[in-house]
Amino acid sequence: MSGSLLWMTTSAAQASPWAVKTLTDRAAEALPSSPWLTLAYLAGSLAALGALVSFLGMSLIYVERKLAAHFQCRLGPMRVGPHGLLQTVADSIKLLLKEDIVPERADRAMHLLAPFLSMSATVLALAVLPYSPSLQIADVNIGALYITAVGGLGVMGTLLAGWSSNNKWSLIGAMRAAAQIISYEVSATLALLVVVLFAGTLSLSGIVQSQAAGWWIWRAPGVGIVAFTIYLIASTAETNRTPFDIPEGESELTAGFHTEYSGLRFSFFFLAEFINVFVVSAMAATLFLGGWMPFRVGGLDGLNAVMGLLPPGGWFLLKTCGVVFLLMWSRWTFPRLRVDQLMRLEWKFLLPVGFVNLAAAALLVLWNLYFFP
Amino acid sequence: MDAEALLEVLIASEPAARKRDKTNRTAIQAPVENLLPLMKRLRQDERLAFDLLLDHTAIDWLAEGRFELVYNLYSTIHGHSLMVFTSVPRDNPLAPTVSEIWPTAHWQEREVFDLFGVLYDDHPDLRRLFLDDDWKGNPLRKDYQDDSMLARPQ
Amino acid sequence: MTVRIRTLEEIVRPPQTADSPFSTQEYFVNMGPQHPIAHGSLRLVLLLDGETVRRVIPAPGYVHRGIEKMAESLTYRQIVHLTDRMDYLSALMNNWALSKTVEEAGGIATNPRIETIRTLMAELQRVQSHILWWGVLGMDLGAFTAFLYAFRDREIIGEIFEDTIGARLTMNYIQPGGLMFDVHPDFARKVKKLIVYLRTILDEYDTLLSGNAILQERLRNIGVLTPEKALALGCTGPVLRASGVPYDLRKAEPYGVYDQVEFDVVIGSRGDCWDRYYARIEEIRQSLRILEQLIDNIPPGPTMVTKFAERIKIPEGAYYGQMETARGVLGVFLVSDGRADTPYRIHFRSPNFNNLWAITALAPGWRIADLIAIQSSLDLVIPDIDR
Repeated sequence: MSGSLLWMTTSAAQASPWAVKTLTDRAAEALPSSPWLTLAYLAGSLAALGALVSFLGMSLIYVERKLAAHFQCRLGPMRVGPHGLLQTVADSIKLLLKEDIVPERADRAMHLLAPFLSMSATVLALAVLPYSPSLQIADVNIGALYITAVGGLGVMGTLLAGWSSNNKWSLIGAMRAAAQIISYEVSATLALLVVVLFAGTLSLSGIVQSQAAGWWIWRAPGVGIVAFTIYLIASTAETNRTPFDIPEGESELTAGFHTEYSGLRFSFFFLAEFINVFVVSAMAATLFLGGWMPFRVGGLDGLNAVMGLLPPGGWFLLKTCGVVFLLMWSRWTFPRLRVDQLMRLEWKFLLPVGFVNLAAAALLVLWNLYFFP
Repeated sequence: MDAEALLEVLIASEPAARKRDKTNRTAIQAPVENLLPLMKRLRQDERLAFDLLLDHTAIDWLAEGRFELVYNLYSTIHGHSLMVFTSVPRDNPLAPTVSEIWPTAHWQEREVFDLFGVLYDDHPDLRRLFLDDDWKGNPLRKDYQDDSMLARPQ
Repeated sequence: MTVRIRTLEEIVRPPQTADSPFSTQEYFVNMGPQHPIAHGSLRLVLLLDGETVRRVIPAPGYVHRGIEKMAESLTYRQIVHLTDRMDYLSALMNNWALSKTVEEAGGIATNPRIETIRTLMAELQRVQSHILWWGVLGMDLGAFTAFLYAFRDREIIGEIFEDTIGARLTMNYIQPGGLMFDVHPDFARKVKKLIVYLRTILDEYDTLLSGNAILQERLRNIGVLTPEKALALGCTGPVLRASGVPYDLRKAEPYGVYDQVEFDVVIGSRGDCWDRYYARIEEIRQSLRILEQLIDNIPPGPTMVTKFAERIKIPEGAYYGQMETARGVLGVFLVSDGRADTPYRIHFRSPNFNNLWAITALAPGWRIADLIAIQSSLDLVIPDIDR
């Protein structure tokens, strides 16, 4: 293959046997014939998002607890349900029934608003992820940019929470979080741009389809792995996970910016954190690991047939869970960085490496140098 | 320097100091007026070189009407140790601070101030340590009474 | 004469006049007494400028139980119970400090079996205490897993103690005149197994935590304590030794059977948090050496030279005895009036009390996260500060 980027993209689209049809596409198609069907699709999307948020949240929390337990030579939740499967359900019910407290001298409006901002940022991001060719709620044609922008909205929630709590420790946590997230967004975006350069499109399903010939992590020679690593590190910082969890460094700030929250609104922060982990893992899987594309090697038809047995949705889930496992593993292994060390890591190390990587990627794309063309 | 030589040096240089008996370590006794120069010499004299103030505390001799202040010193250079005893009257418990010589005394003296009521002259930050600032009384005194004390059944 | 009595309120809320030295960018924050990091109930009032600590004002006293006052109406055997509850992670060593002082003062001579078992128990407790400290340091710095691993290993030692002593935390085992019970028949076998296990696990911990780049960045060159300052502040134990001063009571004034075993005193070179961290890890290894040399050589004999029911009376005088616990020099100052079987005055020179104040000299200028690292590296146990 040679030629312009556009030609590369379209040929890749033709090479993939899957046609992407999102829920909003279906809703739009149904509009001229039966508006009720459109409404049904839209309502269904909202319901699906809601269900996804709760189900994902609860499973991820359960997985985190079980993983943490096994890393720490213990068993984790075992009593509520078989092997503790219903533990998170019980915890959610508990959180819902708790008293909702707003500190006396807190800024009430902001205090009530902050969790919703965090949660809405997460839900907005979930809406554009390509779960499978037929399971995507909306395919915005600037998908990657959209996800980055929406991530910034989450910071607003953190900042508001810290400020409105009228608690010095929460404020310190919120300030740290703001500085951290804003800095690491830059690196994450640079890593993301590498894939956009190779794929030639910002749309997430387009990026997935461009990996029909191979996943960008290896197909982009060298720069793919570097970008993947940078993306993972930056995402760990974006989601406030150890080693970058100073905003909620338990041993320092009790619970950081969400100290003064309880009940349902605390559960929003809690869920938002875990679903953010899912979102960044899904993005890493989409950008670098092929999204819902199965693992294929050109020429080995037998292997490809076996790999094709797992439906695309299953592949997506597998890859995302792999990255989630990586993130959780590093949480329970590493100590936490200090705030200025964290900033130094970003501005003096990750950012220059990210720029050089992007420049290299640009050159590679220009000269059409890929592995496994 | 072993105990005998140490005592000789000390008593020679400080006429008001006397050897104190009935202890299991080298100990001297000095009046509180001579305490500060004695302590300075203990720290600065090269043959003595007591660089570590291990402990400072007080004993309430109610029957005799005095507090006995105890300083426990050690020299990491020479490896010898010394206890210095001095007395202040119970009704006017004023003692000089040695926190200029050994900064650790800053807090050890605050503890004695808190629990006994001994006042330290020129102390940089004389506040109660364990008890609230508005607590009345000094619990380790032998005549201390408050509502929460119980008599042990015999 | 200038005796000025102040209050905490005065320091924390200074008058806000136009030319007052209190900068408007600085603010006071309370850390504790309820705080996940406080290793107990310690209140630290911090004067912060953004993230930087300008001043640390510890306000201890939340665990003050009046042990010294209580002890004035208890017999010496009963006071041993109270010593468990000071630095509870070195409970056996606290018991030994008091027993040793009472024995010296009362002229009670023990026998080699008692001293050997006491040394063994003290070293086992030192290992247990340092392992717990390691886990807590990991947890404070964010590596939660270290805490669980440390407690797993602590359990093994706890079981060894439980076999012989009957308790895992408040031991009350080493009494003036000997020991409460003789060692369990399985003691030697379990300790030998423990030594082998711990040697491998310490190497694993080195890989897991000590070798981690993040941890090293959090600890190296933070909170440097020079030897002169350490001595001036009254620090003892691993804090002092990490600053370079070779003061270990086990070598300087040997007690027990420490003069009959070979071990090294671990000295640091720079006195930063890393030196304090690694000094303790190395001390665990040295303690294992001591255990190895003694475990098969416990001489036979009785484990109590006086009768339990006998009331111990000490001749009139002021006595001082000290020993090296896991955190520093624990001294017992005992004043007896010769008549009663209770002390007239007893004072505990507690290592944690004297080490605590190092934080006021070390923390200013560093950030909050460094304050946590410094406090962890000082290895404080709060009940010992307050007594």
